[in-house]
Amino acid sequence: MSTSATAPETSVLPVVRERPILVALAGQPNVGKSTLFNLLTGLHQHVGNWPGKTVERKEGHFTFNGVSYRLVDLPGTYSLTANSPEELIAREFILRERPDVVVAVVDAATLERSLYLVAELLPLPVPVVVALNMMDVARQEGIQVEPEVLQAALGVPVVPMSATRGMGVPELLETVERMARGDLPYAPRLPQIRPDHREVLETIAERIAGYVPEMYPRDWVALKLLEGDAEVTRMMRAALPPERWEEVHAVLRAHDDAQVAVASGRYEWIGRMVRAAVTRPRVGQIGLTERLDRWATHPVWGLVILASILGLVFWLTYTVGAPIQGLLETYGVGTLAEAVRGWLSGAPAWLSGLLADGVIGGAGAVLTFLPILVIFFAAMAFLEDVGYMARAAYVMDGLMHLIGLHGKSFLPLFLGFGCNVPAILGSRVIDSRRARLLTILLAPLVPCTARMAVIVFLAPAFFGPAAPLVAWGLVLLSLGVLALTGMVLNRALFGGRRSAFIMELPLYHLPNWRTIGLSVWQRSLSFVRKAGTVILVVSVVIWALSTLPGGGAEASYLARLGKFLEPAGRLMGLDWRLTVALLSSFVAKENSIATLGVLFRAGEEGLAALLAATYPPATALAFLVVQVLFVPCVATVAAIRQETASWRWTVFSIGLLLVVSLLAGAVTFHVASRLMPHPG
Amino acid sequence: MTDEQAPRPQNSTLPLSALRAGETGTITEISGGHHLRSRMLTLGLTPGAGVTVLQNYGRGPLIVRVRDTRVALGRGEASKVFVRREA
Repeated sequence: MSTSATAPETSVLPVVRERPILVALAGQPNVGKSTLFNLLTGLHQHVGNWPGKTVERKEGHFTFNGVSYRLVDLPGTYSLTANSPEELIAREFILRERPDVVVAVVDAATLERSLYLVAELLPLPVPVVVALNMMDVARQEGIQVEPEVLQAALGVPVVPMSATRGMGVPELLETVERMARGDLPYAPRLPQIRPDHREVLETIAERIAGYVPEMYPRDWVALKLLEGDAEVTRMMRAALPPERWEEVHAVLRAHDDAQVAVASGRYEWIGRMVRAAVTRPRVGQIGLTERLDRWATHPVWGLVILASILGLVFWLTYTVGAPIQGLLETYGVGTLAEAVRGWLSGAPAWLSGLLADGVIGGAGAVLTFLPILVIFFAAMAFLEDVGYMARAAYVMDGLMHLIGLHGKSFLPLFLGFGCNVPAILGSRVIDSRRARLLTILLAPLVPCTARMAVIVFLAPAFFGPAAPLVAWGLVLLSLGVLALTGMVLNRALFGGRRSAFIMELPLYHLPNWRTIGLSVWQRSLSFVRKAGTVILVVSVVIWALSTLPGGGAEASYLARLGKFLEPAGRLMGLDWRLTVALLSSFVAKENSIATLGVLFRAGEEGLAALLAATYPPATALAFLVVQVLFVPCVATVAAIRQETASWRWTVFSIGLLLVVSLLAGAVTFHVASRLMPHPG
Repeated sequence: MTDEQAPRPQNSTLPLSALRAGETGTITEISGGHHLRSRMLTLGLTPGAGVTVLQNYGRGPLIVRVRDTRVALGRGEASKVFVRREA
């Protein structure tokens, strides 16, 4: 028995009768595609990247009615024209892997727009089943859609459903199975190009006949050429003999407005479908979304609402997340390290040092930030799921323009206050490569919780009652430097151009806890995995440098490096110990304090007093400034490497932050020395 | 109330950014580069489509409704869409 839609269970019997049915899930953003994917696969899903791309690839498996399925979630895209890596991935998967069935998820409440992707899918040589999702939402909005009429008009199966309520899912799977077995008639009615371009389309199709690479349908290639699709153009330029290409190219050049004719043709086709199937269109009433947006997208109130929401997230982070992090650090990492030292008291000192200080003190300390990250991940997933994220991007667009970005970059950057790693991963929501790169380069300038922890510890020690002022000043300084760097980089690297801002504002809806939960789970998992690999290795290396060749921390390689670099540190008023503390912050920002503790041979309480007595305020301030702007931690650098897929940009980012932080530190030290002479 | 100089002299067409909140127009032309045009077309901003401006404060981005979808677009992008104002 496995007719239940909500829990497609894995069969107990090993069904080896045939290979699983390969289903590709396609759909535009905000049509409920992820909800359906999560509903079908639950925890039986694997999240990775598409080969060579920084686009998330989700795949899962499940069994239904004794048939096993492999489900690949294609990236959510509005079309299949190669405007973005996502669109390219989606169509290449369909053309190369030839899934048994493509399930095209469309939103019944915005049928006209969401059928556009279907118009692009039907000409591909793979059968399509349309999942007419959000029937319940459409009904609430006063829209009535007739699935049977739509099915007759499209010529492909249409299954009405609601993924959030689990309605219609068994019917969808039955249809998919029958389609995969070839038991269903399939005669799609294809959209046509606008009549004034039909002739030129035929000309091109004729000219390229015989030269089109095997897996691509000829008429589809001709259409994509007319649309000016960069990838298909490149492919055909290589495939055609030069004279033939010249001929085709001349035709294309004479019709460079064909793009509009192709899109118009698709919308004309959609118009016919919608007119047939939608028996009662949206009535003129003002819906919930419109009412909420009067406030949420207002130029003033929108910012107030955004600030309040972000304030709440911060409040949660600091009242719930930070104490848990502190407890984990003291009782988790601290106790564990002590226990390991106890167990290994008979073993060589290097072994207990390696495990207690290197592994547990390094990678373990990074892991203690997980509770803070979980809160951030949950808040972001919630805001995304209910549809608020797009509004936040909208109201921040004006301010983000000042630094060469647009609204969509705001939320990834905001994530940086929790941890820079999710900020860099979160930059995936930005559709232009240029804006994404700039966001990644700027993200490390957002002061993360680990940096704030160092400030919160050191500022009171040095500045007493003025500490909150100093802490706020440092946050504002980081953001100021971020804005300035953004302006300069945008001008220097990209000639001051901005990427286009155009995005859908989805309807608000109730949160889907399953989607939110799975998103938090997967992001946390990937963070833990990183802590267990890259961060672990670097922690051990830094630990080794700080202990070897023996004879105490002062004689270590790290100390020698610090002493070697001291002349550079002097420019900012830092001695070798502060320089070493800064270097060790590369593993994890809060390591600065631990390192100073080792070098001064003091516990945390004693350390504060000792530091205040040792360093003049100008040095202290300069150290804090460098600390907050310095090269990010290794986890962040690894994320930058992963997301830019380029060592060049990773090194550039490190160099940039090195220059910016040292410059700011030097200026701070020299100005502060004049204004705040050493009291002693 | 707008800062745009309509680059097209025909008195009947004007940039989308010149429509006030609540006004409706029919798209006559999409200008701009290939890439931007492609993204706008995909979201349903095609010649002949009806578009209603939901929000336009005279500066900053706009919100429009086109084909039952709410679309936010920057002022620069909106000034590349030409419309004929409907009564």
